[in-house]
Amino acid sequence: MTSTLTPVRKRSALTKGQLPKYAPYVVLGLALVIGAAILALIGFNAFGWGIVSAILFTVGLVGWSAAAEGGRKAKDKLATCLVVGSFLVALLPLISVIWTVLVNGLPGLLDPGFLTTSMNGVTGAFDNKSVEEGAPVIGGIYHALLGTIQITLLATAISVPVGLLTAVYLVEYGEDRPLARAITFFVDVMTGIPSIVAGLFAAAFFFAVVGPGTKTGAVAAVALSVLMIPVVVRSSEEMLKIVPNELREAAYALGVRKWRTILKVVIPTAISGIASGVTLAIARVIGETAPILVTAGFATNINSNVFSGWMASLPTFIYTQILNPTSPSNPDPSSQRAWGAALVLIILVMLLNLGARLIARMFAPKTGR
Amino acid sequence: MTTTSLTQSRGAGRAGDKVFSGAALAAGCLILAVLFGVALFLVIQAIPALVASPDQIQGGEGFFAYIWPIVIGTLIAAVIALVIATPVAIGVALFISHFAPRGLASGLGYVIDLLAAIPSVVYGAWGAAFLAKEISPAYDWLANNMGWLPIFQGPASATGKTILTAGIVLSVMVLPIITSLSREIFLQTPKLHEEAALALGATRWEMIKMAVLPFGRPGIISAVMLGLGRALGETMAVALVLSSGALTASLIQSGNQTIAAEIALNFPEASGLKVSTLIAAGLVLFVITLGVNMIARWIISRHKEFSGAN
Repeated sequence: MTSTLTPVRKRSALTKGQLPKYAPYVVLGLALVIGAAILALIGFNAFGWGIVSAILFTVGLVGWSAAAEGGRKAKDKLATCLVVGSFLVALLPLISVIWTVLVNGLPGLLDPGFLTTSMNGVTGAFDNKSVEEGAPVIGGIYHALLGTIQITLLATAISVPVGLLTAVYLVEYGEDRPLARAITFFVDVMTGIPSIVAGLFAAAFFFAVVGPGTKTGAVAAVALSVLMIPVVVRSSEEMLKIVPNELREAAYALGVRKWRTILKVVIPTAISGIASGVTLAIARVIGETAPILVTAGFATNINSNVFSGWMASLPTFIYTQILNPTSPSNPDPSSQRAWGAALVLIILVMLLNLGARLIARMFAPKTGR
Repeated sequence: MTTTSLTQSRGAGRAGDKVFSGAALAAGCLILAVLFGVALFLVIQAIPALVASPDQIQGGEGFFAYIWPIVIGTLIAAVIALVIATPVAIGVALFISHFAPRGLASGLGYVIDLLAAIPSVVYGAWGAAFLAKEISPAYDWLANNMGWLPIFQGPASATGKTILTAGIVLSVMVLPIITSLSREIFLQTPKLHEEAALALGATRWEMIKMAVLPFGRPGIISAVMLGLGRALGETMAVALVLSSGALTASLIQSGNQTIAAEIALNFPEASGLKVSTLIAAGLVLFVITLGVNMIARWIISRHKEFSGAN
């Protein structure tokens, strides 16, 4: 009984039959070393090293666990390894895409005049010269950037009022009526419309109404609105729903009419969430290629009128530069321009996403008292 | 001053109420009208192709002979994408909801959401320029060692621009959709179920198997269906990655085509009956994805407790 006075460091019965805490690190170290050795035999590359080490780690840890702790614990370890592994696998394409775009896009972006010139008059002859004689790659994305901004702005101008009013109807007037339920259901269904079908719809609509072959920036904006409206409705609806009812009732008690309550109390309270939802919706449609391809065509010149003539946009610019290089014999300058445009597009989308987060955080809805 | 504005605003207010509620109702109806209009205008513009004599359609054997190979191609690409994406997405969702440290979880969720933010044309460019080149040695290996399977029949495409590559790119694109929906559902598992399982001595995996997965099954199914809807309609990844051709069983040769890519590749230069044919193809795609999405939404709405999953 004196042993209780002098504490002896030994593993308690509760933790007996468990792997020691350092077990994963030991196995990881061994797996990395053995993996490197195996890869050295068949030709080393970092990707293969990662894969082989991960498999060795899983086998090693699960095997050790099965020997020391029994089957149930081993299965748990296996599941943990698989789940963590799947997360790491999901990160691979993200890192790879961003890395590829950065490496290939920076030369294009740093080209002087890339953001300020269009492709008007840039022919294959210039590209051939730049490859053969080392002349600078000319031509830029100004027209595409301008087109993207115009088309997206027009689409936003169409979608936000319609989407916001629909959300207001669903939250403030709908009251679970059959019509409100139908709208909710079909808004959800609309979220799943393939983007190219939205483009075809806008094209078919304008072919029927205005005349066959009508392709302008406005048609593309209509196509993008079809994709954007459901996103705006969903996010605004969620935001209007979390506005506390006390605010509405306080306004009603003061004798304020419903429409003024909505305009002056409900929407201002939820405005940060609505704004961030709209920003996310813009981020979603700004990268859409297919609907613009079938509705606005692709142009090489600057077109500042959305209502007439073909119009370029960043995504279609990338697409055509890759698929139909300006100079078919020397596609390198075209692909450099395409990657530069891709980098600009990704930066735009990331900024929009970041902006949405900032808006949501900075002007967080003032719920409660 | 106040009294006059109050009395004045009474009449204006009543009219304002009418106008405002009318506008809200009209906006709601407009959405229904747009969805209806999508179907209507596609049908109107597609009719010429459907009633044209068979020899006028591309291929010369009528619309049906034209459309069915690309419908099959669309399904092949979507199925490849789902087979790859579903297990990974469920793993990622479990990682974020039940394995990752609490403080990190939302940040990691945001990282996965970044995958959804990257535009599809960038994925297409990445697939064509990077993935296809890197993966073609693996196709050679498959053709040499598994060539007895019809789907891996050689000779493998030298450029790697095959339907399997397109499917892999598609799987990356549907992954964030399935992940974010499943994650929401896993997080809604009743805490008491989880704690009861753990209290009975279950390991974490057994707890997930007994409490989380049975609870989330309908949600996972509908998430996968929504991913399927996206994969069916995705255009750019396939248009840029796949070097298309006739329908073939082998996944590692060039060949096959999807509806969306067929439209994107041909529509800008099309005229006359070709436009109608492509719009009719779009109509077929619309009907397929509409069906898939409605089934998915129906499953979700049957389980109202998953409403947060939308």
